Amino acid sequence: MAHAAAHSEHHAHDHEHDHESLKTFGFWIFLITDCILFGSLFATYIVLHHNTNGGPTAEELFKMPGIIAETFILLTSSFTSGLAVLGMHKGNTKQLIGWLIVTILLGASFITLEVTEFYSMVMHEHATISTSAFLSGFFVLVGTHGLHVSVGLVWMIGLIFQLSRRGITAVTKRKVEVISLYWHFLDVVWIFVFTVVYLMGVM
Amino acid sequence: MRMLDSIKQFASEFFVTGDPMILGAQVSIGLSMVAMVVVLTMFKKWGWLWREWLTSVDHKRIGIMYIICSIMMLFRGGVDALLMRMQLAMPDNQFLQPEHYNQIFTTHGVIMILFMAMPLMFGLFNIVVPLQIGARDVAYPFLNSLSFWMFFWGAMLFNVSFVIGGSPDAGWLSYPPLSELSHSPGIGQNFYIWGIQISGIGSLATGINFIVTILKMRTPGMTLMKMPMFTWSVFSSCVIIIFAFPILTVTLALLFLDRFVGAHFFTLDGGGNPMMYINLIWMWGHPEVYIVVLPAFGIFSDVVSTFSKKKLFGYKSMVFAMLIISLLSFFTWVHHFFTMGSGADVNIFFAISTMAIAIPTGVKIFNWLFTMYRGRLKFTTPMLWTIAFIPCFVVGGMTGVLLSVAPADFQFHNSYFLIAHFHQVLIGGVAFGYFAGLYYWWPKMFGFSLNEHLGKWAFWLWNIGFYVCFMPQYFLGLDGMTRRTYTYSWDMGWGPLNLVSTIGGFLMGIGFLFQVWQIAHSIKFIKQHRASGDPWDGRTLEWSIPSPAPIYNFAVLPTVKTTDEWWEQKQNKSAATKGDVHYEPIHMPKNSAIPFIKSTLWFFAGFGFVWGWLWLAIPAMIGVAICMIARSFSYDTDYYIPVEEIKQTEAAWKGAKV
Repeated sequence: MAHAAAHSEHHAHDHEHDHESLKTFGFWIFLITDCILFGSLFATYIVLHHNTNGGPTAEELFKMPGIIAETFILLTSSFTSGLAVLGMHKGNTKQLIGWLIVTILLGASFITLEVTEFYSMVMHEHATISTSAFLSGFFVLVGTHGLHVSVGLVWMIGLIFQLSRRGITAVTKRKVEVISLYWHFLDVVWIFVFTVVYLMGVM
Repeated sequence: MRMLDSIKQFASEFFVTGDPMILGAQVSIGLSMVAMVVVLTMFKKWGWLWREWLTSVDHKRIGIMYIICSIMMLFRGGVDALLMRMQLAMPDNQFLQPEHYNQIFTTHGVIMILFMAMPLMFGLFNIVVPLQIGARDVAYPFLNSLSFWMFFWGAMLFNVSFVIGGSPDAGWLSYPPLSELSHSPGIGQNFYIWGIQISGIGSLATGINFIVTILKMRTPGMTLMKMPMFTWSVFSSCVIIIFAFPILTVTLALLFLDRFVGAHFFTLDGGGNPMMYINLIWMWGHPEVYIVVLPAFGIFSDVVSTFSKKKLFGYKSMVFAMLIISLLSFFTWVHHFFTMGSGADVNIFFAISTMAIAIPTGVKIFNWLFTMYRGRLKFTTPMLWTIAFIPCFVVGGMTGVLLSVAPADFQFHNSYFLIAHFHQVLIGGVAFGYFAGLYYWWPKMFGFSLNEHLGKWAFWLWNIGFYVCFMPQYFLGLDGMTRRTYTYSWDMGWGPLNLVSTIGGFLMGIGFLFQVWQIAHSIKFIKQHRASGDPWDGRTLEWSIPSPAPIYNFAVLPTVKTTDEWWEQKQNKSAATKGDVHYEPIHMPKNSAIPFIKSTLWFFAGFGFVWGWLWLAIPAMIGVAICMIARSFSYDTDYYIPVEEIKQTEAAWKGAKV
């Protein structure tokens, strides 16, 4: 009897493990679709970026120091989310939550800087989404990335609550792995945004 | 008094008024909704509806719901088609208002592709794939339910436009600048954007779900090259979905931003580029037609080998051909607008890539023919649709190759020649395929077969009707009749052929009525139509279990050694049930109300954005976010079916079989 119970527990454990790896795999496929989504937005931006319609051009608009700061902050947050995963693999819940909080703070500063940048463009330069095709493409491409980061922040906060209540289990472990995948992915997208939109814009 | 006036004013803008046909529709929609509520209340079925269907995550239930919705949509799209054919039957006809005609050709196209073909396809995916690969459910049952309800509410949002607010009328792909605010100031276009956007998110999720299901959930021993051909076709179709649908999402979002916040993606002013829309929408739109046709190819493959009593000819070449088609489908989109002036070099590339698709398709046609060669053919309804498909699709494919010749296309472009071509591949390929699949797997879904006699009537009416309707259109196209023509004068000489075409359209309509009669008749005389687990003497795993399948599908996961595993087992008699089978508790997902609630909130968000009512859209979107968080926080999502219950279910089935 005891043997049978142990067997079934073991079986259930195996099953749970399969179940979680299945979800991680699906998230990879989701990331492919997100790649195509950003790819379409990049293509749109590249087609339209010369059509400034007499409005401000990229060179006049972009202020590089702020952008470089944003870039370093986001890259650092990717690093700290990696540290959180390392903490999780060591089984250290405190370390995991601590680094996640640092990641959230860095992500939030990134968003704050981006919103400030958009705000000053709209208020001071009169560069809005309806000024020109170039700006439509710019705001939607960069804004979609910003929206992704914001969603990630809410997600991470929710995850911290779950971690503090449940600790590191097969399920929460998978959740942390998935969000760190997501976070690194957004980092890579930002590198392309930084290069294609900002660097090539001011060159 | 003033308040009454403002309510009247609001109602006259909110509801579509001034057309007796639409008024009739409004009244009948209102009446049937009341009737539904009355019936559900009278028979105390609300709880049943909620527990067994609306919150179900069972792939078999979800599949049935998809199929019911798609048959309703086939009815609506078909009525649109017949209204158009009535309008075109005679020269200088004024049966419809011109504006109404524009709305009808737009909604006919959208509904038939996105709200009829797609859900019918997803319905078959859901019912068949887990059973064919020996799985208990799809990889993500919760997501699957969400996909269905997103489709459902997207379709409802699109359909409601014809009685509330006004239908879109800029064609089924809504090219700008016509679809921009400058040229379509009404809200019909917003319904188009949000209806398709919401259901499109569901389709994307289904694509992910079935890729993972097929790659990760196969029963022991079933290697990729031992999968049934329908499962392979679903896999190729889903690969296209995950690459194509994000492009649609982006395209519709950008068009909406143009209309809603004055962006300049596709506008004529402000540096916008309408041609970019046309490129983007076809980068989704062309792969989309392969998304819907590949599963039909899979159905034909399974049907043809079952009813020829032979292994499918050229299994490997079939798989290879399908994957090649998935790849090539992304390199042909420009052939939809050769006339737009991309230049000779670009046109040549896309002409050749288009012609290249005929090669793998030809391989498949020969494989089906060679499967039948020297087989013991049984002419059941699924087989009839399959046999009728082959010549129909060959002719449709040939006219497609004619259209792909870029210089000649300048003559054919947007003429009735094109209309006849794509209806021939979409009806002859997709609709015939899905009918074959529906007849083939109907017993598995419901436990009873459909009446073959009435089915044959429906088959012949559809087939004869098809050729009578569409063959004349090739000649009308060559005579210069262009698509979306509202009417034409006597001296064009198009009258007789158009009348013939209309008659053909009505023959197909009668064919549809026969199908409805067939279903009703088979339900009424259900005792004569009871089906066993294996009514067709099938070859693949779905026929090894009861019809309808128990909730857990397979009590014990089968071990697969060959491609047509169930057939081999029957030949070798090896699977003769030995007395004591070892059962284990089965892990199953729990039902959830979140998918239904969340998709309903999406509907309200979409409705709010359509009208520019942010007071509705923003709270609804917040509700969507809350649903996502609620799901993230729910850990109690699964349960185990105890061994006793499995034993009882299985014993009941085996008892009934003896």
